[in-house]
Amino acid sequence: MKKIFSFAINLFVVSAFCFSIYAQSPDRTKPPQLPPPSQLKLPAVQQFQLSNGLKVVLMEKHDVPLIQLNVVVKMGSVNDPENKVGLSNLTMDMLDEGAAGKSSLELADEIDFLGARITTNSSAHISGINLHTPLSKFDDALKIMSDIVLRPDFPQKELERKKKERLTSLMQMHDQPTAIASAAFNQLLFGKEHPYGRMTNENTIKGFAVDDLKNFYKKYFAANNAVVIAVGAIKKDDLKKKLESAFGKWQKGIVKETTVREAAQVSKRIIYLIDKPGAAQSVISIGRIGAARLTSDYNSIVVMNTLLGGSFTSRLNQNLREKHGYTYGASSRFAFRPVPGSFSASSSVQTEVTDKALIEFFNELNGIRESIPDEELNRAKNLVALSYPGNFQTVAEIAGQLEEFIQYNLPEKYFAGYVEKMLGVTGSDVNVAAKKYIVPDQIIIVVVGDKSKIEEGIKQLNLGEIINLSIEDTLGKVPKMEN
Amino acid sequence: MRRVFFLLSVLCTVLSAQNQIKIPYTRYVLPNGLNVILHEDHSTPTVSVNTWYHVGSGYEKPGRTGFAHLFEHLMFEGSKHVAEGDFDKLLEAAGGNNNGSTTTDRTNYFEDVPTNALELALYLDSDRMGFLLEAMSPEKVDGQRNVVKNERRQSYENRPYGLAWETLSKNLYPAGHPYSWSVIGSMEDLNAASYEDVVEFFKTYYVPNNASLVIAGDINPQETLKMVEKWFGEIPKGRPVPLLNPVSVKLYEEKIVVLEDKVQLPRLYMAWITPPRFTPGDAEMDLLANILSGGKNSRLYKKLVYELQIAQDVNVMQNSSKIASQFMIIATARSGRSLEELKKVIQEEIEKIKKEAPTQRELQRAVNQFEASFLDGLESPGGFTGKANTLNEYFYYTGNPDYANEDLARYKALSPEDIQTAAQTYLPNDGRVILSIVPKGKIDLAINSKAEGK
Repeated sequence: MKKIFSFAINLFVVSAFCFSIYAQSPDRTKPPQLPPPSQLKLPAVQQFQLSNGLKVVLMEKHDVPLIQLNVVVKMGSVNDPENKVGLSNLTMDMLDEGAAGKSSLELADEIDFLGARITTNSSAHISGINLHTPLSKFDDALKIMSDIVLRPDFPQKELERKKKERLTSLMQMHDQPTAIASAAFNQLLFGKEHPYGRMTNENTIKGFAVDDLKNFYKKYFAANNAVVIAVGAIKKDDLKKKLESAFGKWQKGIVKETTVREAAQVSKRIIYLIDKPGAAQSVISIGRIGAARLTSDYNSIVVMNTLLGGSFTSRLNQNLREKHGYTYGASSRFAFRPVPGSFSASSSVQTEVTDKALIEFFNELNGIRESIPDEELNRAKNLVALSYPGNFQTVAEIAGQLEEFIQYNLPEKYFAGYVEKMLGVTGSDVNVAAKKYIVPDQIIIVVVGDKSKIEEGIKQLNLGEIINLSIEDTLGKVPKMEN
Repeated sequence: MRRVFFLLSVLCTVLSAQNQIKIPYTRYVLPNGLNVILHEDHSTPTVSVNTWYHVGSGYEKPGRTGFAHLFEHLMFEGSKHVAEGDFDKLLEAAGGNNNGSTTTDRTNYFEDVPTNALELALYLDSDRMGFLLEAMSPEKVDGQRNVVKNERRQSYENRPYGLAWETLSKNLYPAGHPYSWSVIGSMEDLNAASYEDVVEFFKTYYVPNNASLVIAGDINPQETLKMVEKWFGEIPKGRPVPLLNPVSVKLYEEKIVVLEDKVQLPRLYMAWITPPRFTPGDAEMDLLANILSGGKNSRLYKKLVYELQIAQDVNVMQNSSKIASQFMIIATARSGRSLEELKKVIQEEIEKIKKEAPTQRELQRAVNQFEASFLDGLESPGGFTGKANTLNEYFYYTGNPDYANEDLARYKALSPEDIQTAAQTYLPNDGRVILSIVPKGKIDLAINSKAEGK
């Protein structure tokens, strides 16, 4: 309170610096004319190799003294052996649980003391160890990072702890309607055996042994199967010297290229109803197989999805949220992957209007296949293209952009040409993409909600066969934990 | 019409000398009382326009909880010269994005736009500051009421443990205290909100003299100031605005509260009322929270999650606000464990830190993490956590937009004994709320109530 008053006094003290201008009420009848947009000028993408052949990609950024360093390994859940689903994720998670003879707690203490962060992550095709650190602590942090990447110990004791943690997380998933819907959607769309559809279970988690992790690590952690991405306040020569001492000894290996079979497209319309008694909302996910990242339709799909459900003014959100008030938000997305991932449209809607919401979903899925008014098309294109510079503000964001650039081997001029490419998408491109990828007759519908309140309404819609499932059908039984 | 600017301060140094964290700015006050704060950052061709209205749920009247947040939604539904839906459409067509949020203390809005669309953002933002009511209707209020009720369902009722915060607020503060109800409000009060309430709220709080406008990014300050004057200058000043009632509160009992929920595992919440944001004791509790649950070596994480493995997670936070803060310890029990077991360990750790100061290394580790997070805060101008919002946040809470260095200095100045003293002072065993959320039908896993719970 005091602070506010003392500030008010300051106001008068400094008011000696004052000047004046004259102004009239502005014309508000139309929005102001905007000058043409400025170009995003990115620093060069610099690529080089260490003496062992390890590839490094650097973008210098000197305005804030920070460094982001991501070691990306080409390996992910698609590499999990058949009966060991979750192994890639667990292996990554265990990297910082003991390395080069240092314990889990010692490593954490050293990193935290620097004010740095080292995190591990894994997705379907790539995994990573990410360092985010003040420039002043980079040398010390890089040493720890090097131990974690190259010399993990996988201690038995820590593995047992992680397994309990995972069993508990699996148990907690039973509470979370959106997590249930998402797991069910992927299983039902891709199939429980497909790398994009399968999920881990109690027995698999209980069965993981230290040797599983060590062998998996050995198989994929090789200098020729990884890339280092660096963004921040550091020059190439300086970085190269430092990385040489951190990762220069990393051995090459023989790593087979991973191939993932394409999942079969949905051939009819099916509704899967998963009962969650007492739920205040129904979680809806509707979708089918989408497209691969490198499809020539990529730009058209991005623009099409932006206007279907990828932005606030998109048709799905405007309809379900703004027009009808059924939900806090509705959206759609394409999960782009090396082979086609999913297209999904989803929302959490008030239980009582579940059937009505489904009608509106299908109105929009059908409507997007009609021709698109110019105003709407231009808005979507502009949003995608002109908001692009916003993806390059932080070192972590830029590193993320570079990861995609590397993973898909995008052309050197990709970033520079992005805006023009997106602005070049035409109405007919969008229409072709909509007709090709949004096929409302061949689509699955997953609803997690209170069956007793919503089943009858859904039946009346005659959308297709309704298959009733339990949460356990998706997640398995609630894991048993011995203490 | 005559417009007068008060030029308050010009700091043109982009300095990041050792241990100095600065967000250089210039500040002006328009004759209508609007504070304007400008910051240049040319690293990407983007600008963030960030507006704070100095009103949040704490200012609401009894029977109208959730109103400040419902009002936030209405701010996107069009104004006299901007048709319903056009606010978002025009911004998206220019490549911009926007959002708003409400807390107990304030409501904020941002538009992150490409440099060339700055004037569009100012046009839209000024039109809703000056001319919102001309376009308001009972139907719009109804529409957003439904959206907000679904937000409540999604974020509170259909989310595991989702009713915890509301229950804690109700029990920590006496009835009628500005923080005693939740920001989202009750379904009942949301139903009661009327068009007339909207008019009154707007006229009272959404006036230029109760707002601050930060523009950060790829700007020319002189031209930007002219644009601000053009679009905001004509909006009339409002009446003096009522301040948040700064009632001081203290809890003189240990309240034991139990909720049942559709969850697999029980969760324990322990909550205390602690000193307001930026007042003595606040930084101490922030650091204590880190010492207790920040990282694997923190005391509670190490004990409960790492060593004993009787908890799945533990989080401790000093949730700092304008007239009071809340210190919370939240821990989820592993399967087969009761909350009494967790509480016993937590209580032992609290007693330990009251008896003996943390080590110098523990403290330094926490301070170093805070210091590094300040650097992260300098990276992007926009969004809910970028520099534009930070300038507004410091301005609202301290009167000084560039308070980052002073803020960090608060943490660096503390000794281990300061943390110990703070724990002794602010974590009394007989002045706190203990909430158990347990699976339906498993009351036996909750903390036993020795006295009658309220």
